Order: sequence, then structure tokens, then C-alpha cells
Amino acid sequence: MLGYVTRRLLQSLGVLLGVSVIVFGLLHLTGDPTRLLLPLEAREEDVRQLRALLGLDDPLYVQYARFLGRAVQGDFGLSFKHQLPALTLIFQTLPATLQLTAAGLGFALVVAVPAGILAALKRNSLLDAICSVGVLLGQAMPVYWLGLLLIMVFAVGLGWFPAAGRDGPASLVLPAAALGAFSMARIARMARSGMLEVLAQDYVRTARAAGIRAFVVTYKYALKNAAIPLVTIVGLEFGVLLGGAVITETIFAWPGVGRLAVDAIFSRDYPLVQAIVAVLATTFVLINLVIDLVYTYLDPRIVYVRSLR
Amino acid sequence: MSVVASDAAIPLAAPSRRRVSFRAVFGLSVLLLLGGAAVLAPQLAPWEPGKQMLLKRLRPPVWQARGLREHPLGTDHLGRDILSRILYGGRISLGVGLTAVTLAALIGVSLGLCAGFFGGRTDAFIMRVVDVFLAIPYILLAMGVVFALGPSLLNVILVMGATRWVQFARIVRADVLSIREREFVAGARARGNRPLRVLLRHVLPNALTPIIVVATLELAFMIIYESALSFLGLGVQPPTPTWGWMLSDGRNYLANAWWLATFPGLAIMLTVLAVNLLGDWLRDTLDPRLKV
Repeated sequence: MLGYVTRRLLQSLGVLLGVSVIVFGLLHLTGDPTRLLLPLEAREEDVRQLRALLGLDDPLYVQYARFLGRAVQGDFGLSFKHQLPALTLIFQTLPATLQLTAAGLGFALVVAVPAGILAALKRNSLLDAICSVGVLLGQAMPVYWLGLLLIMVFAVGLGWFPAAGRDGPASLVLPAAALGAFSMARIARMARSGMLEVLAQDYVRTARAAGIRAFVVTYKYALKNAAIPLVTIVGLEFGVLLGGAVITETIFAWPGVGRLAVDAIFSRDYPLVQAIVAVLATTFVLINLVIDLVYTYLDPRIVYVRSLR
Repeated sequence: MSVVASDAAIPLAAPSRRRVSFRAVFGLSVLLLLGGAAVLAPQLAPWEPGKQMLLKRLRPPVWQARGLREHPLGTDHLGRDILSRILYGGRISLGVGLTAVTLAALIGVSLGLCAGFFGGRTDAFIMRVVDVFLAIPYILLAMGVVFALGPSLLNVILVMGATRWVQFARIVRADVLSIREREFVAGARARGNRPLRVLLRHVLPNALTPIIVVATLELAFMIIYESALSFLGLGVQPPTPTWGWMLSDGRNYLANAWWLATFPGLAIMLTVLAVNLLGDWLRDTLDPRLKV
């Protein structure tokens, strides 16, 4: 177990190192970053001076080492646009994004898990049919369109919820629903097929044959085992949601990291873009690390299987 | 009583298979219809997609008051015909989607083949790269890269392909791990074939099934991806009509012109739905064990 934890930690570090290479490469994709910093009419001499100042004349690997050294200490440089440390800006907006993501995921789980389980228990019923249509639509509806529809119906039409901004719990409803819909469809589908699989297992049949009440069999024996794959999905889904938050925040003018990122990209604020990508990737890696560790606790066989790979 | 209960839990093969194939037929017909409409857009579209008729701005669809018969789905804020723009937009969505999936498959399958076949350090390295790409929010990466390189058709396709190859690599690797242990692979090697030939002639054909399934499901994803980039202003640039751009235009008219944002969205949903139905059916028929 300890060996597995160590190996998994090292793996995560390796992934973060890879992320840093890509984040570093992002800046150099544009060619010469000094051109972004200086006005168009800047003299050739000024450009050369700034290049030297920023260390852009050093070989790439020296620049990368310097970038990595600073990034590890949380220093991604000043945002071009806001003239504040990039990380400070992110930590100002990250709570809003985490709130939105958690609400979206919570909404998805609350609807999807019971729906999926009921659909599996009442297989081929009307409820099951409604569920699968919902799943199909949920998976096919892009978040930006669903967001617009929700605004059109519930904000403009009925006036129940605000259309934009972050102002109290009511303003969280529409963005969370839009963001969570896709995950909801996926989780419901997983819950249904997982539950069907478990219900067909020998131990469920044995429990039933032994005369244990159907309710206990379903909710104690079957549900517990069907929950295991759901835990991993939630981890991966969190990454999907963080990505989806970029678009959702743009539509609903939600003051989170996603909107900050879109804004940074359009104003060529590269230090900020780099920092955001790095922070979101790190969040994703950490969450999945935790989930993997929880997973081995739930199902001890996993360690063995993974170490064989 | 317990016997009856367990009977009900055992999946009945026949009816569910019939229902699945109805879904597949539905998906395929819708897809063929949409594909045909996209290919024949110049013949089918009643108007030039970019033609502005400012006197007929923001007309609702034909069944509403003020609707015009020559604009069945209404007009946008510049008086352009929505139906014609949706027809033309399908060319971009389906075209870019298909090319991007092909590119992603080429990258992912090659890497997956290498990882699974050579194993060891190659495998470990490639799988860590996979993890890195899983961790980075691909939409931000794509936006950053497209913005840096300039939004053009080619750049959009390249970036989409380069950020979505991971699924292919994972699935192919897993399959190759078991295929390479089979006897015909050992036989091919024993006959003195070079590794590349063994890989392409003997291993790859046996790993095709999951590749086809993943490609179909990824196509659905790519269509959403492309219109998301368009929506954010980083897709194929105007005046080319794309569904994402139309949605983004419609955003400013949510209060007084619902049709602007509704119809392009419906087009996206219908296309993705059709592709997904087809993909699900392919998976269930070709390889039920596959979990994608």
C-alpha cells in the first residue's frame, strides 16, 4: 500500500512536470514575447534591451529551468494587463469557480444517481425510457446552448433567476444547471449500467435466494458495489467540469477563473494564461490523486491490478 | 418470489437488441440527411448565406406573426436567412469534425500502438504524456494556441486533433497489450518480420474495432468542440457561417429574437445526438465489453 502511494505521488509529480513544459511552450509559441510587451513603434534597441532583461537570449533550457524554479514557488510573473501577480488574481477568482463546479457536480449527482438506479431497477419501464431520452439529450446539448436556453426561459421569460453575475444563491442556479447537465447524463448512464451489472451478480441472487428482503438487497448489497466505479467517474468528471466552467462563466458573466482565462487569452496576457492552465491542471491532478487513494481504500484489489500494469 | 425477482433482473437479449437497432437506424438516417444537406447546401439553400437584407432584419420564423414565407426559420440581425446559414454551417461542423477526428486518430493510434507493442520505457513515457493531456484543460490550451497562431480553418483542425488524441491512445494501447501476446503475433515475428510490419499488418487490423467506436463517439465531441471555439470567437472566421458563431450572435438577442440562438443549437444537438446513437450502437454490436 505504501509503495503504491509513493509511486502514485511520483507519477503525479511527473505529470505536473509535463504540464509545466506545455505551459512554458505556450509563451514561446508566439515567437518573440517582447513584441507583445512593447508598443508597435518601439525601437529595435529597446526590444533588444527588454530581451536581455527578461533573459530571452539565454538558451531555451536555461529559460525553462528559470521558469520552473519560479513556478514551483508560485511565481508566474506579473499579469501584463492587471499589473498584479498572476497567482493573486487566480486566488481571487478561484473560489467562485470552485463554487460553480461543486454546485454543478452536486446537482448532477443528486439527479443522476437516483435516476440511474431507478431506471436500472425498473428496466424497460416508462421511467427507464424517459431516463434514456434525458441521457441522450443531455449528452448532445452543448453547455453554451443550454445556458442560452436557460437564460431565455428562466431569466428573460419567467424572470425567476438572474441572467448573469454572482449575487446570492439564486444566481448560482442557472449556471450550475447548465454546467452540470452533461455530467448528469454521463453519471446517470454509468449508475444505470453499473447497477444492472451488479444486480446480475451471483451474490445478489444468493442474497435473494436466502430470503433477504428485496429492499435490503438493493440498497445495501447492490448499491454499495455499484458505487465504486462512480467514484472514479466523479474525479474525471471534475476535470470536464473545470473545462466547461470556462464557457459557462463566459455566458453567465460568472466572475471565476474561466472568465479570467478567456479575458487573459484575448488580451494576450500570457503570464496569466500560463498560471491559470498550471493551477487548473494541478487542481485536477491533486483531486484525482485523492480519489485514487480513496478508491484503493474502497476496493483493495485495485492496488494489485495497477501495480501489475 | 425471489425466483421471480431474479428472473426480472436477467437482461432479455431480444427486445433490447431490437430497440438498439431502431436507435441506430434513426441515428444513421438523421446523419445521412444532415450530411446530405451539408454537401448539397449550395443547391438547397434558398439564399446566399452572407446576403444581408437590412429591410428584413430580425424576422421570426414563418409560423409566427411577421414571419415571411421566403425565410422559413426567420432572419438574423443583419437580415440574413437563418435556414441557409444553418445549411452552410453544417459543412464546417461536419467537415472540421471529421478531419479533426481523423487527425486525432492518427496521432492517438500511432502512440497507442507504440506504447502497447514496445512496452517498458516507451509505454511509461507515452502514458505519462497521456496523463499530462488529461490534466490540462484542453479548451484553454486550444484557445491559447489558436489565438497565438491565428484562427484559421487549418489551425482549428490541428489544435482540435492535437488535444483530443488521448482516448485513442488509451484504448489502442489496452487492446495491443493483449493482442501482442497472441500466437499469430509470435508467429509473424518468428518468420522474421520487422517490428513495424508486425505492428501494421498483424496487430493494427485486430485493434480496429475499438478505434472505429471511439472515432464515432469522438466525432460527436469534436462537433461540440468546434462550435465551442466558434462561439468563443476562435473558430473558423466570418464571413463563413458556423453554428457556433450563429449562437454567439444570437446571444445579444435573447430577449427579442429567440430564433437566432435556438435553431443553430438545435442543429448541433441533432447532429451530436445522431452521431452518439450510431456510436452507441456500433459499440454494443462490435464490442460490448468496451467502456468508452
